[in-house]
Amino acid sequence: MGTVIDRFDEKARRTFDSIGRTEVYKGELLRHPVYTRVLHWMVALFFFLALFSGFGIYLPWLFRWFTPIFGGGPLSRRMHPWFGVGFVFFFFLQMLNWIVPMTWCAGDTRWIWNIRRVVSGEQELEPPETGFFNAGQKAMFWEIVAGCIVYLISGIILWMGARYFGGIAVAISYVLHDISAIIMLGGIFIHIYLSTIGEPGTFHAMTRGAVSEAWAWTFHPAWYKKVTGRDPREAYEKALEQQRSTPPKTS
Amino acid sequence: MTDRKTLQAEKISGHSGASPGFGMQRDYEVCKLVDTTTCIGCKACEVACVEWNDMPFGVTTFDNTYQTMPETRWNFWNLIKFNEHQREDGTIQWLMRKDQCMHCADPGCLAACPADGAIVKYTNGIVDFNQENCIGCEFCVSGCPFDIPRFNPATKKVYKCTLCSDRVGQGLEPACIKACPTGCLKFGSKDDMKFIANERARQLKENFGMENAGVYDPQSIGGTHVIYVLHDATDPERYGGLPKNPTIPWSYTIWKWLFKPVLGTFALLGGLGVLLHYVAVGPRRPQPEPTEKEATHGNGD
Repeated sequence: MGTVIDRFDEKARRTFDSIGRTEVYKGELLRHPVYTRVLHWMVALFFFLALFSGFGIYLPWLFRWFTPIFGGGPLSRRMHPWFGVGFVFFFFLQMLNWIVPMTWCAGDTRWIWNIRRVVSGEQELEPPETGFFNAGQKAMFWEIVAGCIVYLISGIILWMGARYFGGIAVAISYVLHDISAIIMLGGIFIHIYLSTIGEPGTFHAMTRGAVSEAWAWTFHPAWYKKVTGRDPREAYEKALEQQRSTPPKTS
Repeated sequence: MTDRKTLQAEKISGHSGASPGFGMQRDYEVCKLVDTTTCIGCKACEVACVEWNDMPFGVTTFDNTYQTMPETRWNFWNLIKFNEHQREDGTIQWLMRKDQCMHCADPGCLAACPADGAIVKYTNGIVDFNQENCIGCEFCVSGCPFDIPRFNPATKKVYKCTLCSDRVGQGLEPACIKACPTGCLKFGSKDDMKFIANERARQLKENFGMENAGVYDPQSIGGTHVIYVLHDATDPERYGGLPKNPTIPWSYTIWKWLFKPVLGTFALLGGLGVLLHYVAVGPRRPQPEPTEKEATHGNGD
């Protein structure tokens, strides 16, 4: 990646770390610095604002449900593009921040082909080559990158309207904008599920910024190896052994 | 519609032909007939429209033709489009067509509109915009095959010809009809206007040798409530861009009414899917459970 981007991200992380704090307790690892967390929640905020203001316009029978949230139809229509601009802006910064760990590699393709075992819960430990992000996270990231490009181009056409771009451009953009929204709506369910109840221990990676070591060697073994220098499988076996030897307490 | 007869013109001084508006209440569906062969381009209809609808005066443009301005505006709903059409033999045919909302039987603007109650089609065929419900998204502009709705940047609302729904509701003819001095504009029931239009087309064919004369009432959008008699119905494009086969974009028909709800439901099934996954398969936990305190639950082999 370009050094300008590296320097920009480095400076942003330093600045945000000097303002915010990340407590990493014993047995935990730093997962996301303040800058990443702030970006994530700004993206999330604008995503939901854009999602709900867009829903009212998406289908006539959702109009009365969602437009009152934003003060009625005209205001929903006025605000939706700006919510979208906010979403794309903050996600763009997140993309610069994450583009290195999100780079696709050969192990990710194997991970995707192996998805059935992940979904069925047969695979308790991630394969050893899974780094800071697994292939599912990367797929979601690149889907949002593609979605943002579609949103931005089709959104500007819809925003300015047929007077500037002609009826055909608007009619096509209308469909592309919808397809992008449908894919992202489906994706957000999976994202929220896996980051909360689907994989316990994940959520505070994005709130406090820290995760437990057990979480790290389970879901991101290669990253665990990189930050601790220890072998994740060995650490796992050791922890398992320790757990077995500790008598269960009744509370 | 009522059967009220107040202020319905029966005779008009200095007015030739059938009295406009007379007997229009026999049928529900109303229609405006524009006979381009008898239009003299006087623009009385343009003025009447601006006057009746109480529009602010707009600056006109001059481009060495009779055309008042290139196209209709949010405060100028009725415009005569002039075109000097050159025939094959080199002679010039001066065409004039009164351009306004066509009040389609299957309105593309209404299909495109996402706002509840912003566009209404009445049983008499009039398609009307309710600006208080309009959200200013301008989807109607791209849905309209005749490029009629116009956006007002100040109010952020879209406007167009109402076919004088306020007058018609009171048993009156539209303002443009009332102002027309040649009788080229007529107003009445759709059946009557079609009858008159077809008679006029027949007359043009038989008496004036215009073998291509015909009526413009495009069936690709179920017909319109403004119909034209044209000298040459085989080429309506020459009358200031009247489309031969106007259609509604498929993004406002099959996409909006079928694929949108279906695919949207599929996306919501993603939510159901993760719920069922939690119930049936259960979460993936960090292996092993991190603290000694949490005992051994959930780690049974």
